[in-house]
Amino acid sequence: MIGIRSYGGYVPRNRMKRKKVFEAMGWVNAGNISLAGGEKSVASYDEDSITMAVAAAIDSLNGIARSDLGGVYFASTTLPFKERQNAGIIAGALAMDEAARTVDFTGSLKSGTSALISACEAVGAKGTNNLMVCASDCRLGKPGSSQEMIFGDAAAAFVVSDQDVMAEYKGSFSLSHDFVDHMRGSDAQFDRQWEDRWIRDVGFDQFIPRAADGLLKKFDLKMQDFAKVIYPCYYPAERRNLDKILKMAPEQAQDPLMESIGEMGTGQPLVMLARALEDAKPGDKILVISYGSGCDALYFEATDRIGNLKKARGISGFLANKVELDNFEKYLAWRRILPIDMGLRSEQDNWSQWSLIWRNRKAILGLVGTRCKACGTPQYPPQRVCVNPQCLAVRQMEEYCFSDKTGKVMSFTGDNLAASINPPLVYGQVGFDGGGKYMFEFTGCNLEQVRVGMPVSFSFRIKFYDQRRDITAYFWKAIPMEEV
Amino acid sequence: MAGGIRDKVAILGMGCTKFGERWDVSGEDLIVESFTECMEDAGIDRKDIQACWLGSNMPQISVGSSALPLSLTLHTPFLPVTRVENMCATGTEAFRGACYAVASGAYDICLALGVEKLKDTGYGGLPNLNVGGSLISIGANATPPGQFAQLASAYAAKYNVPMKTLKEAIAHVSWKSHENGSMNPRAHLRRKVSMEQIINAPLIAYPLGLFDCCGVSDGSAAAIVTTPEIAKSIKRNQDLVKVKALQIAVSSGEEAFYTEWDGAHFMTAARAAKAAYEEAGIKNPREEVSMMEVHDCFSITELVTMEDLQISPRGKAWEDALNGFFDLKGGGVPCQVDGGLKCFGHPIGASGLRMLFEMYSQLLGRWPEERQVPNPRFGLTHNLGGTPATNVCSVAIVGL
Repeated sequence: MIGIRSYGGYVPRNRMKRKKVFEAMGWVNAGNISLAGGEKSVASYDEDSITMAVAAAIDSLNGIARSDLGGVYFASTTLPFKERQNAGIIAGALAMDEAARTVDFTGSLKSGTSALISACEAVGAKGTNNLMVCASDCRLGKPGSSQEMIFGDAAAAFVVSDQDVMAEYKGSFSLSHDFVDHMRGSDAQFDRQWEDRWIRDVGFDQFIPRAADGLLKKFDLKMQDFAKVIYPCYYPAERRNLDKILKMAPEQAQDPLMESIGEMGTGQPLVMLARALEDAKPGDKILVISYGSGCDALYFEATDRIGNLKKARGISGFLANKVELDNFEKYLAWRRILPIDMGLRSEQDNWSQWSLIWRNRKAILGLVGTRCKACGTPQYPPQRVCVNPQCLAVRQMEEYCFSDKTGKVMSFTGDNLAASINPPLVYGQVGFDGGGKYMFEFTGCNLEQVRVGMPVSFSFRIKFYDQRRDITAYFWKAIPMEEV
Repeated sequence: MAGGIRDKVAILGMGCTKFGERWDVSGEDLIVESFTECMEDAGIDRKDIQACWLGSNMPQISVGSSALPLSLTLHTPFLPVTRVENMCATGTEAFRGACYAVASGAYDICLALGVEKLKDTGYGGLPNLNVGGSLISIGANATPPGQFAQLASAYAAKYNVPMKTLKEAIAHVSWKSHENGSMNPRAHLRRKVSMEQIINAPLIAYPLGLFDCCGVSDGSAAAIVTTPEIAKSIKRNQDLVKVKALQIAVSSGEEAFYTEWDGAHFMTAARAAKAAYEEAGIKNPREEVSMMEVHDCFSITELVTMEDLQISPRGKAWEDALNGFFDLKGGGVPCQVDGGLKCFGHPIGASGLRMLFEMYSQLLGRWPEERQVPNPRFGLTHNLGGTPATNVCSVAIVGL
């Protein structure tokens, strides 16, 4: 049996009320008032498609050892790198074995489902196993555009396996067209779209029913056989119409989360799937349809193992962990739309020395340090001579991963002098539970929340962005642990 | 058994420039300024100098690397000149090199000169120099105030001192230094400030406000050192200021990467101080040390250092500060009697020698009564370069 062994998701903590966006930019398009309901999730200043995918991937592990993962299939239309594999960065963050298959899927909003189909077929063909499939997007609408109102940031991740399957992959049906409703050229920062009415009538209304019909015919099923039907469509009125066209009963509809997250791009159908799996019961059939340059339709059936998630917070867990971003200008600055004054100090040149980064890749991407085989002391960054003053053993180290550990704040500050796009820069000494200590930048919190002794875990984030060379650098930050 | 350096070297003369935003002068001008005063004070001829040590920290923006900035500025006649750099202990390291050269018998008369020209960056605070290496990949984008501010959070938590009270104690630290600095024409910042101004100043790095941070300035200081015998022959009618102890301690990584250290004090300073007291023969520092110039890069640094120097018991320095124990006329051990880094700013290569200049001048009773420490015997200087977790710490003791 091939299918989803485990799943997880991620929704950034910051949510902005669409009314806030409209208040700032409604003067450009007064008609956007019709889109001003609910809120949209906003990737933080130190998040992008890669970091959100890593967060979802970690959420999806559910006790699966990182060393058991066969690779990463990463789907996104907002890849930070054109050349330098983005999936490879995720594999590095997960401290995966080098014998891994990593692929970027991109170019259309259906690339997430295409990645999932490819993963299921690769595992089915015994080419690999326990493939991590992540879909994540962080698309930008121009200030004042309807896209700015509706787009939201989120990620989903699935471990595709032939063992311990929670949701069996039964098959798929795809249709493909060069249908250009939304597009970005190779250097475009913002989405550009054709007329809404054409997208609605010729895009969603025709492709989604055809994809559904194709799958139903292929597997000799009826729409009523499915417990949940998942498809993207960000026009609320048209969703009601499509539900009718698809002959869906109300309880079959899966919430597209437009009111709480927004249109999630590549992640849209897969975040909906991750959310649907949270409620699925053994035997439930789930139809997942993606949309973008055509459609993929996928058919899953929940097994007896559904509900076996141990630690995942899932989409609903991350949705509940939110803070309001009530400053539209801050959103513009975070997305590098509005240049802000970070002082002359920010002109420091952050020089990425690739040969050095390669040597230290495990320490940087994976937060892998060392543990002394003589005395057992974990230490970060990797040491050659044991730092324990009673030991001082030379070259007796083994690798030790810190990213999955927890820790406690030992000291902290909020630094207004440091150049930061989100001042004050909060950082401090963190002692790892189980040993080891390092000074981390903190994220996902403000200064007022931090205290000595506060428990933290670690989150893969953007360390800095080198504007001169268009390099996003990543590292781990300490993040307050949520009380469960 | 090594005998240490106590009473083996005497200071023959010292010079110290006006510290401040010296927009109109270069690092080379500052070298000439401190050297000239130092030579006048020493009362020797330039030809008597046999070897030199130059301390400067930031070659990228200051006077440049190597010993050449000194030799080419002063046109030293092919003398051996050594440039030393050990972060904020750089000035003291230049002094240590010169003293060890004399104590070893290799030379009779040596020059130690520290200089830093910092105010050519275009912004306040220490220069943010471009860094390569793995630091930009994994190091927090921290500034000096943010690094040292963490001492306050750890200290407050360890000793259960309310942050409001600790804030008052460190405000008193800065208030006292401004009082002292206001009387000193060589200081950069010479205005008195009130406790209210200090406490209500804008935050730089929580909980440190503007007045918890030392200034950034340009400056230079210099010393001529020799043997006590030679010094006696030149300075017949003057007390001799002798070197009692020179110690440094450098972080082992235990603070940064091993879990034991609490972040509320300096492991290096505690060790350097202990070694220095042993070298100087000081048994009870709180009673015997007459005055101090410590590395008050930030008010909290000075406060916790009082405990590492064994002047205050652990967890009690904040009480001593609030009680005025470190004030100039507070009846305790006056600290930052010239105004400290707080009022002088911190031209890195010069600071250690600037501190020694103050101790030397006080020991010789050279200051107006209002700022003269009565009958001093031992003067202690302390530098701390780096961060609380990774640093170079020097402790020097000079005395009569």
